Amino acid sequence: MTNRKISFVRAINEALFIAMKKEKKVICFGLGVDDPMGTFGTTVGLQEEFGIERVFDMPTSENTLTGVSIGAGLAGYRSVISHLRVDFFLLAMDQLVNGAAKWHYMFGGKTSVPITIRLIVGRGWGQGPTHSQSLQSWFAHIPGLKVVMPSTAYNAKGLLIASIFDNNPVIFIEHRWLHNQIGYVPKNEYKIPLQKAKIVKKGNDITIVSISFMVVEAIKAINFLNQHKISCELIDLRTISPIDYLTINRSVKKTGRLLVLDTDNANVSVASEIVARISMNLFNFLKTAPKMIALPDVPTPSSFGLTKNFYPGSKEIVEKILKILKKSINTNKLSNSNDLHDVPGSWFKGPF
Amino acid sequence: MLKKEKIKLLKKMKLIRLAEESIAEKYSDQKMRCPVHLCTGQEATAAAIGLLLNKNDYVVSTHRSHGHYLGKGGNLKKMLAEIYGKTDGCSKGYGGSMHLIDLNVNFMGSTAIVGNSLPVGAGLALTIKIERSKKISCIFLGEGCIEEGVFHETVNFCAVHKLPVLFVCENNLYSVYSSLLFRQPKNRSIAKMVNAMGIKSFSIDGNDVNKIYELASKELPKIRSGLGPRFIEFKTYRWREHCGPDFDNHIGYRTEKEFQKWKKKDPIQQFQTKLLKNNEITKQEIKKIDKNLLNKINLAHNYAEKSPFPKPSEALKNVYAK
Repeated sequence: MTNRKISFVRAINEALFIAMKKEKKVICFGLGVDDPMGTFGTTVGLQEEFGIERVFDMPTSENTLTGVSIGAGLAGYRSVISHLRVDFFLLAMDQLVNGAAKWHYMFGGKTSVPITIRLIVGRGWGQGPTHSQSLQSWFAHIPGLKVVMPSTAYNAKGLLIASIFDNNPVIFIEHRWLHNQIGYVPKNEYKIPLQKAKIVKKGNDITIVSISFMVVEAIKAINFLNQHKISCELIDLRTISPIDYLTINRSVKKTGRLLVLDTDNANVSVASEIVARISMNLFNFLKTAPKMIALPDVPTPSSFGLTKNFYPGSKEIVEKILKILKKSINTNKLSNSNDLHDVPGSWFKGPF
Repeated sequence: MLKKEKIKLLKKMKLIRLAEESIAEKYSDQKMRCPVHLCTGQEATAAAIGLLLNKNDYVVSTHRSHGHYLGKGGNLKKMLAEIYGKTDGCSKGYGGSMHLIDLNVNFMGSTAIVGNSLPVGAGLALTIKIERSKKISCIFLGEGCIEEGVFHETVNFCAVHKLPVLFVCENNLYSVYSSLLFRQPKNRSIAKMVNAMGIKSFSIDGNDVNKIYELASKELPKIRSGLGPRFIEFKTYRWREHCGPDFDNHIGYRTEKEFQKWKKKDPIQQFQTKLLKNNEITKQEIKKIDKNLLNKINLAHNYAEKSPFPKPSEALKNVYAK
């Protein structure tokens, strides 16, 4: 292990440098990848290092540029495309769903299209209905796509390198509120295998399956519950599709209880899918009904007032677990501490 | 055009015509169990462009791609086996008539959503530019594409990057049953519009194979030498229904009169008549060509029919590449 600490953003940046250095046929494009902000800092320095032919800004044509990555893939190139928000990428659904996801299958496995599409989930600071959608269940629903959602700087780097060198289209979803997370990250190249969940904390009373930013909230909740002798097992899913049911099943068989946390709307979500599968497949192992925490099934509002209680956090997780375990503890201490509920920390001063 | 080339061109057009007509004839046997979009009447572009492209030039195409595939030199047996849904099909039965591929001649794939393969062709062209090779990426499209957003995005991208792309736009006047009159403004020229978008464009008679050959021979070397993309609109007409083996002049969206007018402009008859008139071919030679082609097509149908169906369990494979 390393004792070097860097941010999630730097970890992404390092992964891109490593991948592009390793393989000449890795190309990187997206709106503003070469601008001074460099996609929130993640693409800074790439064009200087690898040249304008391999790292380039693009027209505001999300659909066509997705198709371009398919064509490039057919000629042996690995594209990494960055979009500042998930929401913008909805314009590219034809190329993603009818094209990239199907290409390998519909041509009898003769060709494959290695594409990594980086999408960023916005939250807070009034991002509102069309700048804060998460939508991983959309992508997870499509056979042929892989969906990855890192929760830490360490995962971000290893998963991104693995995604770039995977021979399939991979949707790589970053949560904006994770971008400034600091964590231990080795300097060298390493890959974290896709479709492999990580047991972050071992425990016996309940299994918590979490993804992306909800892992941060889960850890806060678990630390609090630990003080009250409640032991939770935390699984960070890391890959949303295909899902590592082996790890989930093993844990649920041990604890007999399940809580799934999602960053998306609840209806037809990754969380509801996991709850359904576990209910179908492990019914006899369950001591209590599986539960989930996700966003309410409404568009995301914008106002500071309207978002006050919109996103569930560690407090809601603790309360849900206490309810499942039929226990009662004073949770006042766990108030979602900062008064400014719409920023991840003092590092974020808007605007996006 | 040399005589040798003319004969090749005639053979290529006839191959496409006779293959399509063989599908139409046998379709009612109910053995080809997938939608087919035949290009009878539109053979000239596919044959001429296909002959002029090099083997390693890339091609992507649309739902109506049989002619483009055969024009580029795609394997006939594998195409028919695909339409029959067999393991020996070019896509092993996973794609059907609308998803043809032949990597031996860089026919990179045809796809079935209008405009879907356009940016794929642009992506291939981008890699040509990066590698500074002299290849071309040829994108076949229909005039319906012009109405899709992805068309404008792709034209813009190719123009910005000066990509080595040839857009081959076959304007056959109809999108399924919808006439061009209701889809695009009356006096707007597609070629002029694309020209204004930054790509040198042309509009010519898509049934005059001489003219097609001439224009493409002139423009392809320019694309190859880095002068940027070219767009050509070919005015033509599909004889049969949008999808399926029949004629549909009686159902009301177009007239028998219009069809007859276009039939008189049959690209193959026109060309053949000229060759005969100029003594560049004899009736006997034509007969021999037809006979050989029919023989080849019959053998291909036999091959396709004899090839086994893939096992049902194969349906669950190939979702992810290793």
